[in-house]
Amino acid sequence: MLPDELRQTLETQIAKVEQPRELAVDVMLSLQRHYGYLSDEALEEGASLLGLTPLELEELATFYDFIYREPVGRYVLHVCDGVVCWMNGYDPVLDTLFDKLGIRPGETTKDGMFTLLPTACIGYCDLSPAMLVNGRPYGPLTPEKIDDILKRLRETAPPPKLTR
Amino acid sequence: MATPYPQVLFQNRKPNRIATLDEYRQSGGYQALTTVLQKHSPREVQQLVIDANLQGRGGAGFPAGLKWKSVADDAPHPRYIITNIDEMEPGTFKDRLMAHVDPHMIIEGTILAAYAVSSEKGFIFVRPSYENSAIIMEREIAIAREAGFLGKNILESGFSFDLVVHRSGGRYICGEGTAQINALMGKRAQPQQSPPRSTEKGLWDKPTVLNNMETLINVPHIVRNGPEWFKKLAKTKTASGTKLYCVSGRVNHPGCYELPMGTRLGEIIEECGGGLLPGSEFKTCLPGGASTCFLEKKDYDVEMDFDGLKKCRNRLGTGAVIVFDQKTCLVAAVLNLMDFFVRESCGWCTPCREALPFIRDLLWRIENGEGKEEFIPMLRTMSAHTWKSYCAFAPGATMPLSSLLDNFPEEVHEHISQKRCPYGGTPGRME
Repeated sequence: MLPDELRQTLETQIAKVEQPRELAVDVMLSLQRHYGYLSDEALEEGASLLGLTPLELEELATFYDFIYREPVGRYVLHVCDGVVCWMNGYDPVLDTLFDKLGIRPGETTKDGMFTLLPTACIGYCDLSPAMLVNGRPYGPLTPEKIDDILKRLRETAPPPKLTR
Repeated sequence: MATPYPQVLFQNRKPNRIATLDEYRQSGGYQALTTVLQKHSPREVQQLVIDANLQGRGGAGFPAGLKWKSVADDAPHPRYIITNIDEMEPGTFKDRLMAHVDPHMIIEGTILAAYAVSSEKGFIFVRPSYENSAIIMEREIAIAREAGFLGKNILESGFSFDLVVHRSGGRYICGEGTAQINALMGKRAQPQQSPPRSTEKGLWDKPTVLNNMETLINVPHIVRNGPEWFKKLAKTKTASGTKLYCVSGRVNHPGCYELPMGTRLGEIIEECGGGLLPGSEFKTCLPGGASTCFLEKKDYDVEMDFDGLKKCRNRLGTGAVIVFDQKTCLVAAVLNLMDFFVRESCGWCTPCREALPFIRDLLWRIENGEGKEEFIPMLRTMSAHTWKSYCAFAPGATMPLSSLLDNFPEEVHEHISQKRCPYGGTPGRME
């Protein structure tokens, strides 16, 4: 169930715009932040807030890269596989992440800390090879830097309780 | 890099800090808006921009003033403006830089465009990877509103206009104008063919003008300094203004640099990009992002403007120069690009949805030693099919492939005859 406070915030936002569905992405992102991902329950709640059918919202949810319809870890690593990062070391970045975390693209670590996803050019070609961690950019990546980033992320947040 | 050229768009660029409203105003910011609201009619603003020959910087190069003029005098209200900072063209990062350099230039440019078409509401469309830019723009829009540059009765002129940031969920096709309009309305972001044009029926069937951010930031300067000054900024006769060129790939100093339109490619790569990395030699580049052609070596000194690249059967695109060296396999590079386009295709029309994966499959086989000579005509046929697709996405997607076959055929043949990648596959570098 959506907490009343979040529901009211979203309802106020929606009331301000000309057409509720204009805020479909914002609503999905808010629900995703609350639930950790856009669960079936969240999708239904979002659709009802926006005056859409769940199927209409699903059509959008599955279209976008940054909407997660499946559970993800506390940190989502979006590794850029654009052509510039590719030529400057995308594969070694993936190999390093596999060494450290034991996951391949599309997978989540057993402790629920990290999910690894490939993504289209993130627009940090001047810092390639690059990745986003929960939207925050890092680059140019080296094995040492990756080590350091992962260590700091683990220190900042303990593993979440698994809900799956 | 110290550049010998005047910095217009990047005049307030500072290391690791954005220009504040005060700094922007000290450099002449919002003067153009003040002048326009006092002295010029919307038609006059359109004419200034037409006279300045401001070509759209998103890739197509369509004159911005003419686009604005296509909004009919008696067109209904509300009218909408969309400022596109959804750049997802591989190699392109100028919009992100600009939002971090001088956000008020983007805001003023957008307000001027809004005035020119009598629009009352605007959106800045931002991709999720640029959440920082979205936050900056939201904050600075609030500051501009507080200062009286946005909202009701701007500078007591009677003109009202407001601007909001719209966040995308992240998909390349949203950069295409009509797809972006659908995305903004909360619909699946598929492109829309004209007629009607967006300037006639766009957002919620109302007149909508969509411009690339880089196009709009030129407008305050055109108003303040005049069309003749603007045209003279370019190095070439048919171009005008400056350009934010991005340089990336196998160069020493990847980055975004403001140079006169029509600056030679060699100068951009060597003077700004710092030349190729030690041990690397220039093989080719994509001069304007992923949807352009691999450049032939003989065109290394091409004048980087719309006409210059057209002359060598290429496109300026976004002006994002991606440099490849002699150690990088172009078949593997095109395979990477094709993976990108297959994933990002909206899937709505058949030539794009079906031809691109087919091409990817053939390329994968060639790269992995399973290629045959007969694949080459198949690749050409499939590329030709993409020209029948609904929007410009698929023809753009096949440009790197067609130019690989035209300009670097020996690389493809070598893969096929040696039954392996002569370069050892995907580059294994992380430096």
